[in-house]
Amino acid sequence: MEDKEQVYHNLQKRILVLTLVVSFAPLIVLGLTMYYQFEKAAWQRTEMQVSYMAQAHAEAVDLFLKERTAILSAMADTHSFEEMADEERLRTIFDIMNQRAGAFVDIGVIDDAGKHRAYVGPYDLRDRNYYEQPWFNEVMSKGIYRSDVFMGFRNLPHFIIAVRRTENRNSWILRATIDPDVLGNIVRSAQVSRSGEAFIINREGVYQTQPRFEGPILAKTDLNTSIFGGRVTVTERKDSGGNSYLCAGSWLNDNKWLLVIKKDPSEMLADLFAVKFFQVSIISIGIIAIILTTIFTTRLAISRLRKADEKTSELNAQLVQADKLAALGKLAAGVAHEINNPLAIILQQSGWMEDLLEDEDFKNSSSYEEFKTAIAKIEHHVDRARKVVHNMLGYARKMEPRLEDVDVNETLNQTITFLENYSRTNEIDIQTDLEDNLPIIASDQAKLQQVFLNLISNAIDAIGHDGTITVKSWQDSGKILVRIEDDGPGMSEENQKKIFDPFFTTKEAGKGTGLGLWVTYNIIDKMGGIIHVKSEEGKGTMFTVEIPIVIPEKK
Amino acid sequence: MDYFSIMVVDDEVDFLETVVKRLQKRNIDTIGVTSGEDALKKMKEKLFDVVILDIKMPGGMDGIQTLREMRKIQPLVEVILLTGHASVETSIDGMKLGAFDYLLKPVKLEDLMIKIGEAFKKKDAHEQKIRNARIKELIRFPGRVFEKEEGVED
Repeated sequence: MEDKEQVYHNLQKRILVLTLVVSFAPLIVLGLTMYYQFEKAAWQRTEMQVSYMAQAHAEAVDLFLKERTAILSAMADTHSFEEMADEERLRTIFDIMNQRAGAFVDIGVIDDAGKHRAYVGPYDLRDRNYYEQPWFNEVMSKGIYRSDVFMGFRNLPHFIIAVRRTENRNSWILRATIDPDVLGNIVRSAQVSRSGEAFIINREGVYQTQPRFEGPILAKTDLNTSIFGGRVTVTERKDSGGNSYLCAGSWLNDNKWLLVIKKDPSEMLADLFAVKFFQVSIISIGIIAIILTTIFTTRLAISRLRKADEKTSELNAQLVQADKLAALGKLAAGVAHEINNPLAIILQQSGWMEDLLEDEDFKNSSSYEEFKTAIAKIEHHVDRARKVVHNMLGYARKMEPRLEDVDVNETLNQTITFLENYSRTNEIDIQTDLEDNLPIIASDQAKLQQVFLNLISNAIDAIGHDGTITVKSWQDSGKILVRIEDDGPGMSEENQKKIFDPFFTTKEAGKGTGLGLWVTYNIIDKMGGIIHVKSEEGKGTMFTVEIPIVIPEKK
Repeated sequence: MDYFSIMVVDDEVDFLETVVKRLQKRNIDTIGVTSGEDALKKMKEKLFDVVILDIKMPGGMDGIQTLREMRKIQPLVEVILLTGHASVETSIDGMKLGAFDYLLKPVKLEDLMIKIGEAFKKKDAHEQKIRNARIKELIRFPGRVFEKEEGVED
């Protein structure tokens, strides 16, 4: 039995593991794939966001610069050198420019010799000569010039826009300083999130606006500007702490300045974390549900299997029993025939001797009485042998289909009444629990009575003295069941297997033939019923007889 | 007991001889044969009241076959079946073929003689009925000539 338990246990384990693995694998793969896809999508979204912002802000800066350049050009184109050299006039123009566009710090007019001819602004720059300045040559040759941010004479970061006007073969320059803070403000509006960074650098990687965290303006960044090509480039970089961040760079129109936006992906990861938590929760709930369901269904299946197995082995045991008893029955019939013939001869021979003893010669013999006794003994023992054989064949003989209306309860009551004296002298109480309204069946009452008599008298014999026998009858799915239960000493499993074998008895020698239950079994078997025994040592024995309900034909 | 004649058919010679001897000792006209074939031969020679027939005889005709043939030769004879073991089927077959009863070996001679007596009474009553019927017929139809019936003594 323990081996079987182990088998069930292993089977259950195997089903559980297999089901769980098969259920979990796709769930986990799906979860991981979803997570990976989501991470990728989030990353791409952030990339696009950063790229878009870099481009938009670069355009804003471009527009800002273009506006300033345009207004400066317009002023130069619409005024003559004389007008511009007049500082009063220049102040008016400067005021109009600041009113309309703003961000101009100062304005100056420089002649073709590099001399500052007029200046309006907070610094004293009049009469300074710019002839040696590199930007002067550039503006003289190219016409329009925008500088990088530099400290210059005033020792403050600034940059200039200068335009050249050629008038009557003479060139002059209108130059304005732009407040880099205004530019810085435009750029900084791209500093999204807590750790975002936005600034402008020139081709050499020098900060043109004040970065948020990294170094001061005009310091050199460690960014290599050559990695930024085309209009907008987004790269993933790692900072000194090994954390990766996104870096988007967009060149301005003149390709001199690069607007850079950095974004720490940690904020994006916060979003991801929420998703991860949600996903892990759902998967966990799924896993718990799967585990519970699997355990439940597996247990259910195993218990069903166990029940089916038990039923099968019970049936098998019954089949084996039936086979064994049928074989024994055939054997018994054969043996009976072989024994009965010699017994018949012995009986006739002894009878013949008895006949002869009646002759006068023998009657006078001194041994006459001795012979008489010897012959009587032979006859007695032949009779004894005959009874054994006849009992053995008892079920076969006279088992003609003698069907009559039988009331099982009445038959039980009759049997109990019959055994009342016997049980009372042994102080055994016979209790009955008979279901009312059991159907009348077509059966052989005498045979049924023999069955009950055998079972109840066996129970009495088993108890010996002082005990209780319970007789119960009930109806269940086309059968009448009768149970005879005693609280006697019970019997071992070994004995239970042999209980229906012919000549098997636990009674003292000479007290039982060992044919009672054999005959009982055969009677029930012939009726199409079943008899089974359940016994536990020290607790008692229980015989259950199942009799098929055959409804009597109406007469 | 009235005088009547009996035949015992059994392949067990020891049994057969002893039973025959014992019945003869009781002044019953008894003969014994050891096979169905012999029994049928004897029946053609002599009328019997009762036949004691063993159902199981190995080799040759068995009891049931013999019984069927006997009925053809002497329809009024009463047959008591004897067997070492009676199975339901053979007993029923025998009874259907009109056997009077069956007995299980070993059987005491006293029991056998009681059964023989009962069988004879039945046969006697049967014959009496036939005779009475015949007398009635003669009364109703005087001068009627009956064909000689086998197995019935005039």
